[in-house]
Parts: sequence; C-alpha cells; structure tokens
Amino acid sequence: MAAGTGSGPGGISIRALVKHYGTFEAVAGIDLEIRRGEFLTLLGPSGSGKTTLLMMIAGFQDATSGDIRLDDRSIVAMPPEKRNFGMVFQGYALFPHMTVADNIGYALSVRGRPRAEIAARVAEMLELAQLQGMGARLPAQLSGGQQQRVALARALAFSPPVLLLDEPLGALDRKLRIEVQEQLKELHRRLGTTFIYVTHDQEEALSMSDRIVIMRAGRVEQVGTPEELYSRPRTEFAASFLGKSNFLRRDGKVWALRPEKIDLSVATGQATGGRLSGRILSMAYFGSVLKYQVETAEQGQIEVDVDAWRGGGALPVGTAVGLDWSEQAAVLLGS
Amino acid sequence: MAALTLRTSGWLLVLPLLGLVVVMFAGPLFNIFWLSFTDPGPGLSNYTALAERESLRRLLWVTLRICALTTLFSVVLGYCIAYAMTHAGEGARQKMLLLLLISFWISVLVRTFAWIMILGRNGLLNNGLMSAGLISAPLPFVRNELGVLIGMVHYMIPYAVLPLLGAMRAIDGRVMAASRNLGASPAQTFWRIWLPLTKPGVIAASLLVFILSLGFYVTPAILGGGKVLMVAEYISVQVLITLKWGTAAMLAVLILVSVLALLALMSRFMKLSAALGGRA
Repeated sequence: MAAGTGSGPGGISIRALVKHYGTFEAVAGIDLEIRRGEFLTLLGPSGSGKTTLLMMIAGFQDATSGDIRLDDRSIVAMPPEKRNFGMVFQGYALFPHMTVADNIGYALSVRGRPRAEIAARVAEMLELAQLQGMGARLPAQLSGGQQQRVALARALAFSPPVLLLDEPLGALDRKLRIEVQEQLKELHRRLGTTFIYVTHDQEEALSMSDRIVIMRAGRVEQVGTPEELYSRPRTEFAASFLGKSNFLRRDGKVWALRPEKIDLSVATGQATGGRLSGRILSMAYFGSVLKYQVETAEQGQIEVDVDAWRGGGALPVGTAVGLDWSEQAAVLLGS
Repeated sequence: MAALTLRTSGWLLVLPLLGLVVVMFAGPLFNIFWLSFTDPGPGLSNYTALAERESLRRLLWVTLRICALTTLFSVVLGYCIAYAMTHAGEGARQKMLLLLLISFWISVLVRTFAWIMILGRNGLLNNGLMSAGLISAPLPFVRNELGVLIGMVHYMIPYAVLPLLGAMRAIDGRVMAASRNLGASPAQTFWRIWLPLTKPGVIAASLLVFILSLGFYVTPAILGGGKVLMVAEYISVQVLITLKWGTAAMLAVLILVSVLALLALMSRFMKLSAALGGRA
C-alpha cells in the first residue's frame, strides 16, 4: 500500500448508508472507510449492491438514509457535477459526437479554463494514455482498448481526488484485460489518486487491489487486503467467492480449506496417510496445475490442486489416496 | 435455378402494383411536367411569368414564410414534448403517446373546424376573454396568417415529435451521466451533449414538417379565410376556376423539384431512410 499514506484529499467515509428501491433494499446499511490514495475494489455478484454503492458515491443515486463524507465534509446531498470525482463508466460512455481531444478536454472546458491550458492538458493526457496522434479522431474510429484509455484520460484530466471505475475492463478480451490491469495499477501508483473499482471478476480484484470489499445482498461481507481475504476468509460466501474452497464440517463448525493447500499421497495397502482418505473421482489438467476431485467418506467431494510439475504425472481415476494439510491451512469460519 | 425462379416470381408479384404506379402516378406526373411547358403555348412562358408577375412572387414568398414559421414552431414545441416524453415514466409516456397519436389520427378537416370554434369571432377564446372583461371587441385570431399558423403548427406537431422522440430515446443515459460527472451543469450538458446528439432528429423533423407544409391546402383555405393564399390553394384555383392549367402545372413542378432538391441536399448530410423513420 505504497500510496496509502499520501496526503491531500481523497478519503471517503461511508456511514450507515441505505438505498431502497420500493421495497427492495439494494444497499442495506453500509459502513466503510476508504483511505485516501488506496486502490479499493468492490467485489460481488450481480445484485450485491456494488454498482448501486458506486453510483451513490458518484452522486447519481440518492441515499435513502446514511451519510457519505469526503475528507470529513458530507457530500451525500451534493449533485454529481459538484463532487469532482472522475469516473470510468461501463461501456465508457464517450461523447460520440466529439473528437478524442474534445472528450478529454471536456471537464476543463466546462470549468471555463483557457484554451491554451486545455490544449496543453489534453496533449499531456493523450501521451499518458498512449494515444498520441489520435486527438482528432472520433470515438467510433477507435478500438475497444483505445476507447477505454480515452475514458480513463477523460476522467483523470481534471486531476480528481477520487476515480470511480465501473467494470471498466468488462468489454475487453482476456489478453488485453490483463495488459490494462497492469497499466491501471501502474497509473494508480504514479498518481496517488484514490481508486474505487467495481468488478465481479475475482482475479481482477486480487491482482490490482490494496483492499477488497466483498459485498453480498447489499451488505459488506468482509473487508481486507487480498492476502487477508484469501488466507483468512470469515464466511463461506467470502471463501467461495474469492478463490475456490473446500468446506469441512464437524460438530457444527465449518472450516475453509483451499484446494492447493492439501497434500495428496497415494495410499499403500490398507494404510492411508493423512487426515482423510478417499478415491479420485475425476481429474482436469490446467497446464500448471492438476485439479482432482476426491470422493471421501467423511467430507464428501474434496477438490485438490497439485502442481503439475510435481510427481510422476496424473493419477488414474479410482486411485485410493490420502489427504493431508497443515494445522493452519484449514480456517475456522464464523469466528 | 430455384433462386432464379424465386426471383422471377417475386417480380411477377410486384408487377401489378408496378403497373399501377406507372399508369396512375408516373403518367400523370409526366403529364403535369408536360403541361407546364406546353399550356397555353409551347415554351417557357409559364416559368418566365414567375419573374414577371408580382402576384406569383408574393404567393411563393407567403408560402415559404408560413412553411418556415410552421417548421420553426412545430419543431421547437415538438422538441419540448419529446423531451418531456423521454424523461417521463413508462406509464406517463404511454399516455402521452396515445394523446399525441389521437390528435395525429383525427382528420385535418375536423381539427381545422375545431380551431374555428375556438378562435373565431364568436369562438370560445374571444367569448371567454370578453366575458372576463379583458377585451371589448373580438380579437382577429382567424382569417389571417396567425390562424393559419396555429392550425398548421397544431397539425404538424406529431410529425415533429415522432422523429425527435426516436432520436432522444436512442441516447445512452450513461453519456449524460458522464457529462455531469465531469463537472458540467445540467444546462451545459443540454447544450453541449443533448442538443448535438439530437441534431439528426431535429433535421429530420424539420425536413418532414417543411415538406408536408409546402403542400398544405385545407388549413390555410379555412383558417386563412381566403386572405392567406398558399401555393396549394392557388393551384386549385387555377385548375378549377380560372382554368390556367399551365400556371398550375408550373407551380406543381416547382414544389416537386424543391422537395426533391431539399431531400437531395439533406441526403448529403445524413442517411435519409434513418431520418424518415426507417432503419438504415
């Protein structure tokens, strides 16, 4: 969290925030501190309220109750154009009738800044977004990746303290998405702007965020760094939404156990090493890992990931195996 | 082989209609064209009369002015209505559309006489104003250009609203949100984003209203009370009363050519099929 201690504006404090649509509770009471300069991801399935929360921060949705504060000033009743937050919309929402340069210069232009200043800033942003020489084009003449960079440049041109991103990579293909993830991360490091990022893609969330907020049914399920959330999930939902997890149940308690933390050994004779024994039900090859489904008598199906380079190749279906793991690998949930 | 048969039989199906169009439409059209150069005698005399006769020039000027004003008012009012409809809830929009279409479907004759009831010397409006003591003598709302304008604008508004509504409904709401997010006030967002994005609709609506206005007959004849003469009524007088078919044909050709020229001009800027409601 290199940029997390930066000074200047950009800290957001959300208190008891609620949003009703008729009888439907889209946001059901959220408290959240967003530190200035951090890269915070709102992660959740569709309908979890993450987009509604972002739209409320942006000012496009009214709060039913609760407060949103920017650096200790309430902004909950402020119209969106007064909040000075940059935003990258889903589908980018570029102005189709304006050139790339006019799109990027829009925020400065509506603030009545002098032409020369706008032109200079636009040139700077074009370079930052690697769009040199494309200022005179219309958005329709650009590729998806270029449009995404225009949207980003447009949102950052007026140096907002906070940048809101609503699934900005959703329309890009997988290879480009990974490339843009790295660029976004790099940009965040360089600018020190607070990034609030909405996604339903757990890989995106894990690889980019300083902290992740896992949301479910309008509530915050768990907040933490990617590492904290992955290694110490508190609920079954958190454990299964971020990464994959097995759940072990005994005496009314539930433990989460990640597939890659299990050691798998071939049973010899009657003796099976380890805490659980079972038979291989199926196997899938993923290049770097082999994913086994193991049927156990005690805990049902358990997924086990084994590094593909380890051992002598895939074990045949039906093989009797023993499963073992270290004490701290299984995380007790709900505590 | 099958495709060829299909293609041929397709043409066969269209043939009767095609024949009808040629005989009933293209034929008379050519006849009018022909008459404008040959009646009363061969030559360009009907067209040169345009330069020589003050009354013809006045006629064209009045027609153009009324059409332009009708277009202006219809499109401005239609823009407001379409804007309100776009931003209304789904239920309210359906009701507004129904009201619009009801007035769209009522005969132009009925609507014109209804305006006489309202605006005439003893009409609702004058009686109301007099009994309220606001005026002492009836105001002349009809039998003049004002009356013609009111009637025509009222008739044309649905034609303006429909293309505008199409253009406005096609705008992505996120684009408007992006504008406000970038700091633009609602007024700035309207002038810099909304209006430019609806420009194709404005052009289409203006074109449609202007072209339809050029050929307007009933409304100017009744609400103008014979005092406001537009081209269509003048043509009818030439054909039915003074029997100067050459002059009538010349004016008809003039209107036809102007409309085609307008369409050609517009097609240089935009896809006409899209402007007139089709999917390009």
